[in-house]
Amino acid sequence: MEEEFIPRIISFCCNWCTSAAADGAGTARMQYPTNVHIIRTMCSGMVHPSLVTEAFMRGADGVLVCGCHIGECHYRDGNVRAEARAEAITLMLDDLGIERDRFRLEWISAAESAKFEKFAEEMTEKIKALGPSPHRKS
Amino acid sequence: MKRIGVFVCHCGINIAGTVDVQRVVDALSSYPGVVHAQDYIFVCSEPGQALIRETIKSKQLDSVVVAACSASLHEGTFRGVAKDAGLNPYQCEMANIREQCSWVHQEEKGLATQKAVRIVRSIVEAVRLNKDLQPIRVPVTRRAVVIGGGIAGIQAALDIADAGHEVLLVEKNPSIGGRMIQLSETFPTLDCSQCILTPKMVAVSRHPKIKVLTYHEVVDMSGYVGNFKVKLLKKPRYVKEGTCNLCNKCLDVCPVVVPSEFDAGLAWRKAIYLPFPQAVPSVYTLDERVCLGLDPLRCGKCSEVCAPKAIDYNMREEVFEVEAGAVVVATGFDLYPMSKLGEYGGEKYEDVISGLEFERILSASGPTKGQVRRPSDGKEPKEVVFIQCAGSRDPENHKPYCSKICCMYTAKHAMLYKHRVHDGNAHVFYIDVRTPGKDFEEFYQRAVEEDRVNYVRGKVSKVFKQGDKIVVWGADTLSGKKVEVKADLVVLALPLVPAAGAEELFKKLRLSTNKHGFLQEAHPKLRPVEHPNSGFYLAGVAQGPKDIPEAVAQASGAASKVAALFSGVELLREPTIAEVVDELCDGCAFCVDPCPVQAITLVEYIRDGELKKTVKVNEALCMGCGVCMATCPKKGIAVRNFTTDRFLSMVDAMLTD
Repeated sequence: MEEEFIPRIISFCCNWCTSAAADGAGTARMQYPTNVHIIRTMCSGMVHPSLVTEAFMRGADGVLVCGCHIGECHYRDGNVRAEARAEAITLMLDDLGIERDRFRLEWISAAESAKFEKFAEEMTEKIKALGPSPHRKS
Repeated sequence: MKRIGVFVCHCGINIAGTVDVQRVVDALSSYPGVVHAQDYIFVCSEPGQALIRETIKSKQLDSVVVAACSASLHEGTFRGVAKDAGLNPYQCEMANIREQCSWVHQEEKGLATQKAVRIVRSIVEAVRLNKDLQPIRVPVTRRAVVIGGGIAGIQAALDIADAGHEVLLVEKNPSIGGRMIQLSETFPTLDCSQCILTPKMVAVSRHPKIKVLTYHEVVDMSGYVGNFKVKLLKKPRYVKEGTCNLCNKCLDVCPVVVPSEFDAGLAWRKAIYLPFPQAVPSVYTLDERVCLGLDPLRCGKCSEVCAPKAIDYNMREEVFEVEAGAVVVATGFDLYPMSKLGEYGGEKYEDVISGLEFERILSASGPTKGQVRRPSDGKEPKEVVFIQCAGSRDPENHKPYCSKICCMYTAKHAMLYKHRVHDGNAHVFYIDVRTPGKDFEEFYQRAVEEDRVNYVRGKVSKVFKQGDKIVVWGADTLSGKKVEVKADLVVLALPLVPAAGAEELFKKLRLSTNKHGFLQEAHPKLRPVEHPNSGFYLAGVAQGPKDIPEAVAQASGAASKVAALFSGVELLREPTIAEVVDELCDGCAFCVDPCPVQAITLVEYIRDGELKKTVKVNEALCMGCGVCMATCPKKGIAVRNFTTDRFLSMVDAMLTD
């Protein structure tokens, strides 16, 4: 029998909001799939487009960038920059033959632990449906 | 290669109950660079800390990874331990295998253990690239800006000033006093609200360290903790403070009549007005929104009768900037609009009023001088219905949260009504009566037992007019019977919502809120008076519904935080800010514009006879957001210890089995 495909998802989470939301999800003992891996960044605007594409090239099945809602950035407008870059990232993914749906930018505030939990579940399902990334190593 | 030590915490069963810590230790023991890996039941305990200190020395560790809880909790602890053992504190990182692993994967023990291994490996990769950093020292401007002149703002201002620091108390209205000055008596003691607040208002106005800036608004803010620049707008009052002698002659001649904000619209005021007799500052304000025209040819009556020549139609808005080290946000609340409570007759019937309107009716300084009269015909109401949770605890239609103060003020309203109208009946419709506070339950019992207030457990189903009565239908869920009251007056306990304009202000200050617009705390339990953004402190209902003593306590808490911040001449800032990689930066300047704080400038100099272009980072301004790093096409600028290469090493570790 074929082994079930478990996608590997890297989630870059802003220190001030989504990383705190993920902590809150833990404190509240919310449960979400184990395959979503969090890397804490200081701001969603800190994530270089090459970091996203490289993560895919190194085998990620999905990459998420999560930050504060527009207007609530700790650094004024880092998330606005992230939003602009997300469009560029989508085009780069087209060139690399990676489905756009494998990448998502999402705003999740520190108070939205339940949203993080749901988002982790939703993205896992979505990427499961897409199957392994063409660049997946194993 | 760096010699790295890994310490895996059980946190009792919090981690070890889900994650097989022994397997994590085994997996890490053979990982490149890791020269020591071990588990311990509570790494944060003193013996746990001692274990790390001793191992750093005995194994000559260069870096340490503590796999335990969130860095937001114990990073300070373990960096301190590393420092005690002679390491640079930035050589210690935490791997979060509790909040972000064991607690969220309790049903997946095997997978959770695999994930914990990947998390710890990724942090080993991160710390491998960490550089020694020294905190940046910046000066502190020992001046606080307090936004909001209600009881919370007043208390915060007084406490900060009493600690010896300058305070600017900014209030958008013509007088300080906020909501509390509008209240009649306060629960559970029935102190007269004005009587206990006005001494504090006077104290603020007389305090040598406090400058009260009424009729001012914050329009913009930049900078960072210890070094904010606050842009303030002074709205024109058209009356000169200090010159106006309060002779009241202008009132007699002003032809414009508008509803009084202080009396919650139940009485009238002129276009030129003093909000209430004890206003601070004691000066008239000409409301330009309703004045017939500041052009003296059109009206000018007030100016004609003003003997001391205090009226100046040529006043204009002024914008100026002040420097401050800390900001206390105490912007208070409004009531949820009556118009949204159409089902209870809100704004449909004149005799359906808000709790705040009833406060004014009860108040000795109110439009009826404290005699209970209903708005429509001035008659004394004999049957009064109070509807609690009129919009609160109603997730389908209105606000899901409890507004916290309504149970108590409704008990107070009903009690005060009965004290004044002995032959009247007070009926309270409620879902639950919540009285968690000192002397609160006793107060409620007094309303029920001594003052014979009729409490009906159940929601109101219909409110409609019949003749000059307001008929209230409800169900008593305790007896199962239908209840009908032909009321003369209905009082709604509306939800508390953040003050009008707060949303816009919080956007300008970049302050995050919960989804109802109340300000976020740095930690809901352990840092309840601080915002996550350093240098911002919270007081009063701006952070969430609360009563007066809680608002005062929070304000004093916020003030003590400000005083602690101001206790040194310098402040230590995180050194994780942008740094130019000289050999890679070619001075393309792509990073200059996106920087949110204009910390980056382009510089040119001659090196080896050639023009070298590069950028320079202002260390005092840079906040370390990394927008420059993500903009640079050449890896020419990076945030210290948060470089893209470091993130990539972490990604690799997370993707490896």
